[in-house]
Amino acid sequence: MDILKDLFFDYTLRNVALGTALLGLVAGVLGSFANLRRQGLMGDALSHAALPGICLAYLVTHQKTPLILMAGAGIAAWLGMALILRITRHTRIDPNSALGIVLTVFFGFGVVLLTVLQKRNDAGQAGLDKFLFGQAAALVEESVLTMGVLGGLALAVVALLFKEFKLLSFDPEYAQTIGYPVRLLDTLLTGLLVVAVVIGLNTVGVVLMSALLVAPGAAARQWTHSLSTMLGIAGAFGAVSGVLGAVISVTESRIPTGPVIVLVVSAIVFLSLFLGSARGLLWEWLRHAKNRHTLQPPPTLPPAQEGAQ
Amino acid sequence: MSSDIVIALTASLAACACAIVGVFLVLRRMAMMADAISHAILPGLVAGYVLANGPNVLAGFFGATAAGLLTVWLVESLTRSRRVKEDTAIGLIFPALFALGVVIISKFFANVHLDTDAVLFGEIAFAPLETWSINGHNLGPSALWTLSSLTLLNALFLGLFYKELKLSTFDSGLAAALGFAPTLLHYALMGMVAVTTVGGFTAVGAILVIALLIVPPVTASLLTHRLPFLIGLSVGIGVVGALVGFWLAKIWDVSISGMIATVHGGIFGLTLLFAPSQGLVAQTLRRRRQGWDFRQQMLVVHLASHEGTAVEDRECRPEHLVNELGWSDVEAQEIVRRARANDLVNELDAEGHIHLTPTGKALAEQTAQIGAVCD
Repeated sequence: MDILKDLFFDYTLRNVALGTALLGLVAGVLGSFANLRRQGLMGDALSHAALPGICLAYLVTHQKTPLILMAGAGIAAWLGMALILRITRHTRIDPNSALGIVLTVFFGFGVVLLTVLQKRNDAGQAGLDKFLFGQAAALVEESVLTMGVLGGLALAVVALLFKEFKLLSFDPEYAQTIGYPVRLLDTLLTGLLVVAVVIGLNTVGVVLMSALLVAPGAAARQWTHSLSTMLGIAGAFGAVSGVLGAVISVTESRIPTGPVIVLVVSAIVFLSLFLGSARGLLWEWLRHAKNRHTLQPPPTLPPAQEGAQ
Repeated sequence: MSSDIVIALTASLAACACAIVGVFLVLRRMAMMADAISHAILPGLVAGYVLANGPNVLAGFFGATAAGLLTVWLVESLTRSRRVKEDTAIGLIFPALFALGVVIISKFFANVHLDTDAVLFGEIAFAPLETWSINGHNLGPSALWTLSSLTLLNALFLGLFYKELKLSTFDSGLAAALGFAPTLLHYALMGMVAVTTVGGFTAVGAILVIALLIVPPVTASLLTHRLPFLIGLSVGIGVVGALVGFWLAKIWDVSISGMIATVHGGIFGLTLLFAPSQGLVAQTLRRRRQGWDFRQQMLVVHLASHEGTAVEDRECRPEHLVNELGWSDVEAQEIVRRARANDLVNELDAEGHIHLTPTGKALAEQTAQIGAVCD
C-alpha cells in the first residue's frame, strides 16, 4: 500500500506516473488511427527523424529546456513526415522503403550533428542523447505540464475532427468524393503523430516510443468493432501501462521505466490477442472445436460410407 | 595498412554486403524489417553472453541471428493470425524484444559493458583498432575479416539462388506452384539480412547497416527496372556513397557512419529529383508536355470539324478558342504557336482563319478515330 501512497505524495513518482500516463493516453489514441491507416511504423521513423532537430535546436539556442528541444524535434519529425508522404504519393517507392530512408538518413545526419556538438567541448551538450533515449525518472513538473498542454491540444483536435478522421481512416476515396480536403486531413492526422512522438521521446526514448504508438491500439482493436470505443480503450491501455511501468520500475531496483512500460503494454497486447471479446483467438479456437463436434457431415456422404462398410 | 585504408575498405565491403541482400528486401517491400531485426537482436546478444559465460564473438553472433529469425517468425505468425496488419506486427514485436534486452541488461548485467546505445550508434572509426590474432600472429582488423566473409557469403547466396530469388520475389505464387519453396527462401533471405545486420553493426553501427541495406537499392530502383542492373547499381552506389561519406567525415571531423548515411540520403534526393524517367523533374516536364500535346489535339479536332462548313468564319479564329475550349487568351496563343511549330496548322490566312496542314488533318482523323472507339 506504500506504493499507492507514494503515487500520490512522492514528488518524483507522482510526476513520472502522471507523465507516462499522459503519454500513454495520447499515444494510444493517436496510434490507433496510425494502426488503422497502415502507418504502424510511422512512429518509429518519426521518432528517429527527430534527432537532427534536437541537435539543431541546441546548436542555435544553446538551451536545453524541454520546450525548445521539443520544438526542434517536432520540426525535424514534421519534415520527415512530409518527405515520407510526398515520396509515397509521387513515386513508386513503397511506404516501407520511404520510412526506412527517412529514418536512417535523418538519424545519420543527427549523429553527425551530435559529433559536431561533442567536438565543441561544450559542457552543455552532455545529456542531449538522453533526450533521445528517454529518462522518465527525471521527469519534472515543467515537462509534465508541457506534455499535458501539447497532448491535450492533440486530443482536442481529434475530438473536433472525429467524424472526418474516421471517414479518412476507413474510406479515403469516399471522403474525397464528398468534398473533404483529404490531403490536408491526411497531413493533419499524421502531424498529430508528430506531437505524440515529440512528447514521448523525452520520456521513453526512440525505440520504445514506436511501441507506445502501436501497441495500445492493436490491443484495443481486439475488444471492439467501434472506433470511438477503440480509441477509449486504447487510451486507457496506454495510460495504465504508463502508470504500471512507472510503479514497477520504482519498486524493482535498477530497471529503467521506458522498457518496463513497453513490456507491460506488450503483455496487454498478448492477452488481448487471445482474450479480446471481439476478435480474441481463444474464442475462435473454441468455436472451431465446438463446430467440429456439432456440425454433421454433409448429406451426400453417408451412402458412400455405408457402401464402404 | 594505414587506418584510413582499413576504414575505407570496411565501409566499401559493408556497402557491398548490404546492397546484395538489400535489393531483395526493398523489392519485397520489407525495408523496415531490417530496422526491426537490428533492434530485436539485443536479447539474442544477451542470451549468447549468458550461454557462453562472457563475451564471445561466436555465441553473440548465433544468439543475435537466432533472435533475428525469431523476430521474422513472430511477425509472420502475428500477421497470419489476421488480428493485426503486418506493419503493426513489426511495430509490436521489435520494441518488445528490445525492451526485454534492455531490462535484462540493466537488471542483471548493470556492471557489464553491454552498452545499449552502441547497438544504435556503433562507430566505424574504431574498425582498425580491433584486430584478431591467432597464436600471436596478427591477422589484421577483425572488421575486415567479418565484412569480407559477409560479402562473400552474400554473393555466394545470390549466385546460388539467383533464379529462385528472382522468381519468388516477383511472383511468389508461381514460385510455389513450380515447387520452389518460397517460404523457405524467404526465411533464408531474412536469415541473410539478420546475419548481415549482426555482422555489420559491430563493425559499422546498426544505423549505417540499415541505411546501406535500404537507401542504395531504392536509389538504384529509380534508375533501372532490370534486376541485374539493379544489383550492380546498388553495389556501385553503395560503395561510392560510403567512400564519399568517409572522405567528407574526415574533412569535417564528424561521425563517419552518420556522414555515410547522410551522403546516401543526398544521393537518393538528387536521384529522386533528376532520374531520367522516374525523377520528379522528369515527371513534371512529361506531364506538362502531355498537357500541351493534348490541347493541340483538341485544337486540330475542333478545326477539322468546322473547316469548310458554314460556321467556319466564326469557329476557326484564334479568339474564338477562348470561348469554345475554355482557354485563356495567352494559353490559346501559345497552343496555336506550338501547333504551328509542329506543322499542324498554317499561318493565319487573310481573313484571320486558322487552317490545318495535312499533318494536322491526319492527327485530327486519328484522334477522332480513337474517340470513336472509346465511344
